[in-house]
Amino acid sequence: MNLSIYLGLLHKAEQTLAASFRTVAEGHGAEPDVHFLCQTLAKQCDDHEQALKPIVDRYGEDESGAEPERMHAEGISSTRSGPVGLLRDLHDLYLLASLVDVTWTLVKQAGQGLRDDELLEVVSSCDQQTAVQLKWLQTRMKQAAPQALIVAR
Amino acid sequence: MVDRISEIWGTRTPFARGALWPVRVDQKLADGVQEKDVDRWVQSACVLCSNGCACDIAVKDGAMVGIRGRAGDLVNHGRMGPKGLFASWQGVSHPDRLTSPMIRENGQLVPCSWNTAMERIVSKSKALLKERGPLSHGFYTSGQLFIEEYYALAMIGKAGIGTPHMDGNTRLCTATAAAAMKESFGSDGQPSSYTDIDNCDAMFLYGHNMAETQTVLWSRVLDRLAGPDRPKLVCVDPRETEVARLADVHLALRPGTNLALMHGLVRELLHNGWIDEAYIGQHTMGIEELRSTVEPWTAEAVAQTCGVDAEDVREAARIFGTSEAVLSTVLQGFYQSSQATASSCQVNNMHLLRGLLGRPGCGILQMNGQPTAQNNRECGADGDLPGFRNWENPEHVQELAALWNISPETIPHWAPPTHAMQIFRYAEQGSVEFLWISATNPAVSMPDLPRIRKILAKEEVFVVVQDLYLTETAQAADVVLPAAGWGEKTGTFTNVNRTVHLSDKAVEPPGEARTDLDIFLDYSRRMGFSTLDGAPLLDWQGPEDGFEAWKNCSRGRPCDYSGISYERLRGGSGIPWPCNDEHPDGVVRFYEDGIFPTDPDYCETYGHDLLTGATVGPQAYRAMAPNGRALFKTASYSPPHEEPDEEYPLRYTTGRTAYQFHTRTKTARSRQLHKAAPKAWVELSVQDATELAVREGDLVRVTSRRGLIEVPARVGDIRPGTVFAPFHYGYWDAGGTPDGHPTAANELTITEWDPVSKQPVFKNAAVQVVKIADGQGPAPAPTTTASRPAEASRFGSGQDSADATRLADAGHPVSGHDSTDAGVSAGAAVPPTTGGPDAEAEEFLEPSSPPQFPDAIQPDPGHPRAAHATGDSGSGHSTGSGEGEDSLQETLKSALKGVERVVRNAIKDVTGGHDNDGGSAGKDRP
Ligand code: SF4
Repeated sequence: MNLSIYLGLLHKAEQTLAASFRTVAEGHGAEPDVHFLCQTLAKQCDDHEQALKPIVDRYGEDESGAEPERMHAEGISSTRSGPVGLLRDLHDLYLLASLVDVTWTLVKQAGQGLRDDELLEVVSSCDQQTAVQLKWLQTRMKQAAPQALIVAR
Repeated sequence: MVDRISEIWGTRTPFARGALWPVRVDQKLADGVQEKDVDRWVQSACVLCSNGCACDIAVKDGAMVGIRGRAGDLVNHGRMGPKGLFASWQGVSHPDRLTSPMIRENGQLVPCSWNTAMERIVSKSKALLKERGPLSHGFYTSGQLFIEEYYALAMIGKAGIGTPHMDGNTRLCTATAAAAMKESFGSDGQPSSYTDIDNCDAMFLYGHNMAETQTVLWSRVLDRLAGPDRPKLVCVDPRETEVARLADVHLALRPGTNLALMHGLVRELLHNGWIDEAYIGQHTMGIEELRSTVEPWTAEAVAQTCGVDAEDVREAARIFGTSEAVLSTVLQGFYQSSQATASSCQVNNMHLLRGLLGRPGCGILQMNGQPTAQNNRECGADGDLPGFRNWENPEHVQELAALWNISPETIPHWAPPTHAMQIFRYAEQGSVEFLWISATNPAVSMPDLPRIRKILAKEEVFVVVQDLYLTETAQAADVVLPAAGWGEKTGTFTNVNRTVHLSDKAVEPPGEARTDLDIFLDYSRRMGFSTLDGAPLLDWQGPEDGFEAWKNCSRGRPCDYSGISYERLRGGSGIPWPCNDEHPDGVVRFYEDGIFPTDPDYCETYGHDLLTGATVGPQAYRAMAPNGRALFKTASYSPPHEEPDEEYPLRYTTGRTAYQFHTRTKTARSRQLHKAAPKAWVELSVQDATELAVREGDLVRVTSRRGLIEVPARVGDIRPGTVFAPFHYGYWDAGGTPDGHPTAANELTITEWDPVSKQPVFKNAAVQVVKIADGQGPAPAPTTTASRPAEASRFGSGQDSADATRLADAGHPVSGHDSTDAGVSAGAAVPPTTGGPDAEAEEFLEPSSPPQFPDAIQPDPGHPRAAHATGDSGSGHSTGSGEGEDSLQETLKSALKGVERVVRNAIKDVTGGHDNDGGSAGKDRP
């Protein structure tokens, strides 16, 4: 069964997202909402990782899969500065969170096919939060974009 | 005569549940002025807090010389508090007033003509608009202007310039009230009425030190507490406020943990079945998420996180769950703390769970701090679209564009309005280069002052300040505009429970000072802002034109003013909106029918995720189909972001005293108020003071990661581990700068805000305290309020027993009053705060029968009821309705009638009727 490949992907993607939220939090301390919320959201990703554990224990986790390592996104290792830099960093987070989001969707599909209630319960406790993370990133970027792209010095 | 400095709430006039609150007319005249000397009385309402006490201003020889509460007004029934009595006209008629515009030349502010000042503003503004566009402009206003002024500015910003960067200091005071109502009910709009105090059998005050922030409203509560059927009182506050002292349950929780407590209370209601299943089923959505979010919060879990007693949590929930009619009020303890919107929404949720809304005594007052904060929200000078319109709804944007005859693209609606802290961030980063600040003082009132001062001082930011006095902020301006104050201009404003008052011009402003409205209209004219047809955007000739324009804009929206006119506001009581054809006298309370303004086409917002502030968006909202149901919105609890640690081991919170307002620009210019609370202090608990070897009055240094203050310590009854400082004390009367001993509480506060309401977090930070010098006497903190000293250092004989009498009067069991062992911290003995002869004001007890809705309201001249109306419809500056020049004689004549009525009430109370407002509220909206 290949679910293990996707569980591996998901696990890795949540880890990468958590670390990236933390990097952005640190790099943008002068934007307090970004700073504090990214910390909160990083913590959510940690929790998701924890919640996945018993599932991974059951199905295993294949990190080597035939080719999916292509799909492992690089995390954010350093932040940019200035208003456009903030926008770019949030944009990067958005891409990473989108990857997590769609991976949850696919894992959920498998869970439904397997009628694995435990797995489905984990999904339902996590994928909503990921959806909100995406929403927040979008909200914050929409707010920042006009100023950053039109008048920022 | 009563010393209204020591007797903040004046003489008790007890009343029973369901009876009418007796009238007590309070009056203060200038030294040497007698009532017979007064030339005329001019109708107004007080602008020193959100309560909106209606008053008449005494005028003699063209000067304001006194004030008197209006007996016939539904808000205050004649009463005034110390701020209204001592700082209304005294805070305005003062030699320090700005009398000429000023511009900065070679680093110095120098007087100039209006033309020079305005041309400097306009040339800068035009140049920036041309080079950089509308996003270079920011406007930061106040909670103290009038409707006409806010609306003019909203039009300038949204239809003239087209900038989303508009906000008021209402962001600091009342943004969460609006946000919580929008999230729960779909739109801003206070559900309840002050008459719910008269009709409830339990009151919950959440982070609301009403005794000091709205003293007259607290008098109403005290009169219920002293009546024959005392309502239960629950107080959530880390300090031993007057409210706490009288409470049946006082939850003195750790600052920053409100949401955990609220989760616990909601959980108790759910687990004990203290809910109305039918109401929930018919009128709400989202109960399941609420259930699962609160489930972990047992009373024990709450006790652990919040530092309160689990039994008290259960008892508070029991009172809420089993009382017949509960009124909840919420203010800064929730609004300015962590997870503000989520905590305040839980208050709404508690009422929704039991269906306790829309009936006499059942309601919620999501409070405001400032007198006209409500109007900033309504008119859109705070960034929201005028008339509670939804910026995400293209129809609403189109409506405004049609009304203003401009292109809808001009109106900024592509993203949420920019909140105050973000406007300052853009100024810090250099993208907002034009910042116009009116009637507020961010150099003292914003968080993290060292940073704010740097921003205001930046070369690249052109700062215009429009104010009565040379405030700390004005000192940093490039152009200073002298504004006319209260009593010097005409306009309208609206209090916490939606009551609209007119404030008429009584005297001329000093020197060349101009009204804020005239200044805005002049700017608009000079900028050439115009409609699609090329006509001037703002062609108003004066305030009444502005009011008429606003009526049009508000028509059909929840805050409908279309049935109100200046004429109707003269003479009678203020009128609670909405007032229109359907509700010609206004509306007392909302949501009687359980229909909420959540319809997607009508609502003010599609809502947010309360943890992050992510917008829900039109699609998801429509898919949810709330269709008139209220929403149970909530979020999981997260601990505050700055928690005490080894270096900064204490929790810091800030707040207010009864004797000062905001940054003291008016109140400190009142002799009586200044004397009562002249200088800054910080409050420590007995336990912390003992550990730090600090005695009453010692000078201490309080340090946070942002800055420090050095002020005398009051050893008081605050929760151990918590330090409190009043936020009023800036530097305008202390050399203008924080050099020497900095005193402004906001030197220490953190730059952080609620994700939904964007209200800054003033009530949670980590600090350390060290003693730096022995005291020279007791701390300059009042002894009459929450800042009173701990018992050990409390004054000598007499006062304690007076204090005990007061508590007993309000039905409080005094015997349990324990005495703490405070030997170590007892420093200087503290003399009681009194005002002496200077602070004596008149009280006329029950001179007339209490006003009642709707009879107290001047009828619409075109309305059938007008035929039966009695009384003077008011011409010119008449105070009308039997309240004219010789009204006092009139009203005294009817004193006997008042006494009669008290007896009647006492009888009625035995027989138990309790719906005094006639249930004429009608529906919540058109
Ligand atoms: S309670 Fe508020 S509105 Fe009333 S007199 Fe006092 S400060 Fe003024």
